[in-house]
Amino acid sequence: MPVDRAHEAASFPGFGDALLDASLPTPTGIVGPDGNPAPKRFGVYRNNVISSLIEALEQTFPAVQHMLGEEYFKALARDFVVAHPPTSPVLIWYGDEFPAFVECFKPLAPYPYLSDVARVEWAWLQAYHSQDAAPLDPSELAAVAPKDLGAMVFAVHPAVFIVQSSWPVWSLVAANRFALGEAQVEIDFSDGQSVLVTRPHLDVELMRLRSGGALFLEKLMSGATLGVAAEETSATDHEFVLSDTLTDFLSLGVFRTLL
Amino acid sequence: MAQSIYSKVSAARNVSVIQPRAGAGLKAEHVSIILEEQPEIAFFEVHAENYMGAGGVPHRQLEAIRQDYPISLHGVGLSIGAERPLDKEHLQRFKILNERYEPGLFSEHLAWSTHDTTYFNDLLPVPYDEPTLERVCSHIDQVQEVMGRRMLLENPSTYVAFEQSTLSELEFLSAVVDRTGCGLLLDVNNVYVSCVNHQQSAEDYLDAFPMHAVGELHLGGHACDEDDEGRPLLIDAHDREVDEAVWRLYEKVIASHGELPTLIEWDNDVPDWPILLAEAEAANRILARVHSLKEAVGSVRAEGGQGGEARLAG
Repeated sequence: MPVDRAHEAASFPGFGDALLDASLPTPTGIVGPDGNPAPKRFGVYRNNVISSLIEALEQTFPAVQHMLGEEYFKALARDFVVAHPPTSPVLIWYGDEFPAFVECFKPLAPYPYLSDVARVEWAWLQAYHSQDAAPLDPSELAAVAPKDLGAMVFAVHPAVFIVQSSWPVWSLVAANRFALGEAQVEIDFSDGQSVLVTRPHLDVELMRLRSGGALFLEKLMSGATLGVAAEETSATDHEFVLSDTLTDFLSLGVFRTLL
Repeated sequence: MAQSIYSKVSAARNVSVIQPRAGAGLKAEHVSIILEEQPEIAFFEVHAENYMGAGGVPHRQLEAIRQDYPISLHGVGLSIGAERPLDKEHLQRFKILNERYEPGLFSEHLAWSTHDTTYFNDLLPVPYDEPTLERVCSHIDQVQEVMGRRMLLENPSTYVAFEQSTLSELEFLSAVVDRTGCGLLLDVNNVYVSCVNHQQSAEDYLDAFPMHAVGELHLGGHACDEDDEGRPLLIDAHDREVDEAVWRLYEKVIASHGELPTLIEWDNDVPDWPILLAEAEAANRILARVHSLKEAVGSVRAEGGQGGEARLAG
């Protein structure tokens, strides 16, 4: 959509730009009661904008915040807000670019797992707000004749998200988001983990996927039959156990229906 | 989680109509206790943008609240004062919420919050001049047309003024009402905040307010700071109890113009439910006082002369 810059300049001269860029002067024509320029008054808007958006990120990424500490997170979030302000008034959708921003943020290069923790938290938010849907009743699958099972295709539940990581991302999220104050969760940094995020009913569920689980689910999500997905996953991942993984998926409501 | 609380099946919803009594801003952390205790609250007001996800807890909570109470739908992101055209997709989201929850009242702000592609998440001030007035009116026309109902426009709390303004805020609001037929949401705290900030009299402002168009009142808490010259600068923080000065203005408004649905806003540092409820009860006491006074005066008029006065004294 073409933006009528000339008209905008007439109404809010420089107001929007100066809100996010503190190095810009207070826009001209913005005054206090005596008609004098009022930088401190304008600063109230600057502060409202930046701090409310930082707060939105704090609510979405509490584990990242816990790992970095409040002050560091605030500074990081401020940089993010200025570089990537929201484009939608629906703030529950704000922050999708934050994991990639964390990944590219040079001072955090020694902590490469942080961005994956952020990815899990973003998936958590998506699952929380996703469309409600009743998960597949496991008895429906049990009713299928064994000879037909291999040909089954599933519609996956709308709240299902997978985050694959070469870091112990499930353990990190568990320790920094959910198990605060509890006994220390053991973190083995050589342990790559994949996380399944879903919400079969009201509560978001987070599960560490078994070996091959992510690959298997991705194949099912792309429309492969149960037989093909299992076969291809087994060929790639020798530790993959179909029955265990399928039991996990059914108990967490990963499937919506049989197609 | 307390799934049973939210999955209550009820034959019929509470009515949509909002009585002229106190309501409270709905906070997720209060929903369980509200459903359990069923406090006497005339309505709950929700920020529309918090209910624009597809599903999950927020909608389940609001469905459950809506079974028992009328609600008021309060937008914060339509950006009615913005230069750019209204976001049609966003307006559609309002329409969907309006149809789904049948709110008794619907309101937005005289403010802007979008520029180019950015959403600023704050209620930014508009200059009071003819081009802005025309734009605001055309945006309100569009909102009312899509929503198929009248909206209430809230007076802003402001920290700065625009040199280019040629109208007063009251002239601007009155003109908007005349041209669009919209109603007004009178935020008494905003009046106090803006009047202190611009060194004007809140009493004078309220005396001249186009009360005939007001469909709802807001009350909330503000923080105190200082401006560039060291004068008081009030911040519309919604993070504490309603200030004494604002309660006094509120009582004057009610006494002069009658009872109106009154919302207590508390959006930051949200307290435990009993504290928010106590604020709503304080508003209800004022409403009840004015109401009984009015009835008493009415009965004096009906009885005529001494008989009525004697009854009152007794």
